[in-house]
Amino acid sequence: MERKEYTYTEKKDTRSGFGDGLTELGKSNKNIVALCADLTGSLKMNDFKNNHPERFFQVGIAEANMMGLAAGLTIGGKIPFTGTFANFSTGRVYDQIRQSIAYSNKNVKICASHAGLTLGEDGATHQILEDIGMMKMLPGMTVINPCDYNQTKLATIALGDHIGPAYLRFGRPKWPIFTPENIKFQIGKGIKFLDGNDISIFATGHMLWQALEAEKILFSLGVSCEIINIHTIKPLDEEIILESIKKTKCAISCEEHNVIGGLGESISRLISEKSPVPFKVIGVNDSFGESGKPLDLLEKYNLNPESIKEAALQIIDKK
Amino acid sequence: MSKNIDELKNISSQVRRDIVRMVHQVQSGHPGGSLGCTDFLVYLFFNLMKRNDSFDMNGFNEDLFFLSNGHISPVFYSVLSRAGYFDKSELSTFRKLNSRLQGHPATHEGLPGIRVASGSLGQGLSVAVGSALAKKLNKEENIIYILMGDGELQEGQVWEAMMYAAHNKVDNIIATIDLNGQQIDGPVNEINSLLNLKDKLESFGWKVYESDGNDFESLSSTLEDAKKSLFSGYPIVNIMKTVMGKGVDFMENSHKWHGIPPNDEQLNDALKHIKETLGDY
Repeated sequence: MERKEYTYTEKKDTRSGFGDGLTELGKSNKNIVALCADLTGSLKMNDFKNNHPERFFQVGIAEANMMGLAAGLTIGGKIPFTGTFANFSTGRVYDQIRQSIAYSNKNVKICASHAGLTLGEDGATHQILEDIGMMKMLPGMTVINPCDYNQTKLATIALGDHIGPAYLRFGRPKWPIFTPENIKFQIGKGIKFLDGNDISIFATGHMLWQALEAEKILFSLGVSCEIINIHTIKPLDEEIILESIKKTKCAISCEEHNVIGGLGESISRLISEKSPVPFKVIGVNDSFGESGKPLDLLEKYNLNPESIKEAALQIIDKK
Repeated sequence: MSKNIDELKNISSQVRRDIVRMVHQVQSGHPGGSLGCTDFLVYLFFNLMKRNDSFDMNGFNEDLFFLSNGHISPVFYSVLSRAGYFDKSELSTFRKLNSRLQGHPATHEGLPGIRVASGSLGQGLSVAVGSALAKKLNKEENIIYILMGDGELQEGQVWEAMMYAAHNKVDNIIATIDLNGQQIDGPVNEINSLLNLKDKLESFGWKVYESDGNDFESLSSTLEDAKKSLFSGYPIVNIMKTVMGKGVDFMENSHKWHGIPPNDEQLNDALKHIKETLGDY
């Protein structure tokens, strides 16, 4: 693979990718239903609501009930997509998801916006950094964190055909669009963005763009990075990870999540069991977030390209 | 074909035997609420519900039942088995390793009759209302039944679901509350009182019926009446008084038998008063 410098011409929020994907699904599959807990505009679910009012359920500020309703709707062949902020999609309703959805193996798609630090000014009450951990620990739960508008739209559409409980995590800020709009999204299959020899960088969600920006700096320093997008945290694409570190012999992971419980921890377990190499998890270092602008927050919490570059150089030194 | 009251009493007697034998055998489980709700579940499965012969998770074109207070699994399993969902011999596996009859109902082993896991309280009404919405989308004119405990009403999610169902005119559902007045730590009135439950439910927009859950005539007249009020723009709730531990005199009316099994002597004492009518498992 020849090195490509990723650029973008447009920024768009990943939540709009979800909303547009849901609109398409609604047209093609009459069993798709959507539920929202008083955040229709924020989740970009208005198109679905307007096109299919009979299949849209406004549940008000009652997320626990929303999860139960969704579980019940599957009994009768419906495919419910729930929409609210990531915090209220997970921590607030963990037991409802655990018992009525995951343990009961219900075909519910939990769609969660405003995940991570980059929701910005609303601050730590809303900036959940533990959701990937909570969701991946549930047996049978698929966990997906797409990286841009296009990938979020494609992931949403792919979930229409997926059977079983799933958690789809996306965000609020306008973010570069740098992935193609007309490819098939394969749940559980990582995507190689750049071939490299010196280090593997595994990134999920908004952090893939940060990793690609870091790669540009590293390339200028003569470091050859392999950039791999792990959009599906569970089930983890073990093959693409192990194949990459076999070549590069070291790696870092990048996510907008606590370093405890996220993608990095999953990769860490995999490589410590099957192919130990120097490895570092880039994420929020076991703290809550705070108010601020998205890019300022990423910088303060060491999730910016400069921090990724520094971490990469340190890990390469340990080889 | 619907059963007469003597036939229903016979089934209840056998179910009560099943319950005390199951919890005794494994020295674990919840006999009190199970015995109290026996007559209701027998009436529901043998007379009230329109059920398909074989179990399918989607339950198209049949009435559905959800158990929210999953700890009374002994009565649920016994009634499901006696209603033909699985062989009664499987009751002997209750709460044992590799059993489909988990301590609290679960779907993952595919036990026919179970549509959702329950045990963590307060979740069943939401699920039942969701399935009622699916029935409406599918244009099925079937009924959703759901049973909850009275102590369970202390869970906030129940009231979220109550508000939702009334506001959205979910009128194909009959919820039943087992008003036995007991919870693990003592009488409900001493732990966290429901005060005037009927007023509460009416103010939440539900049409309220009241019944004696240990009297088949009361169950029959109340629930048949309630059925006539379906599809009228409001959800229906049946406040059903029961005696916790009903049928086993030393267990009656005491929260102490919420989750305690009888010993050998107590089992023999209990079985002396409960007739074997359909053959023990």
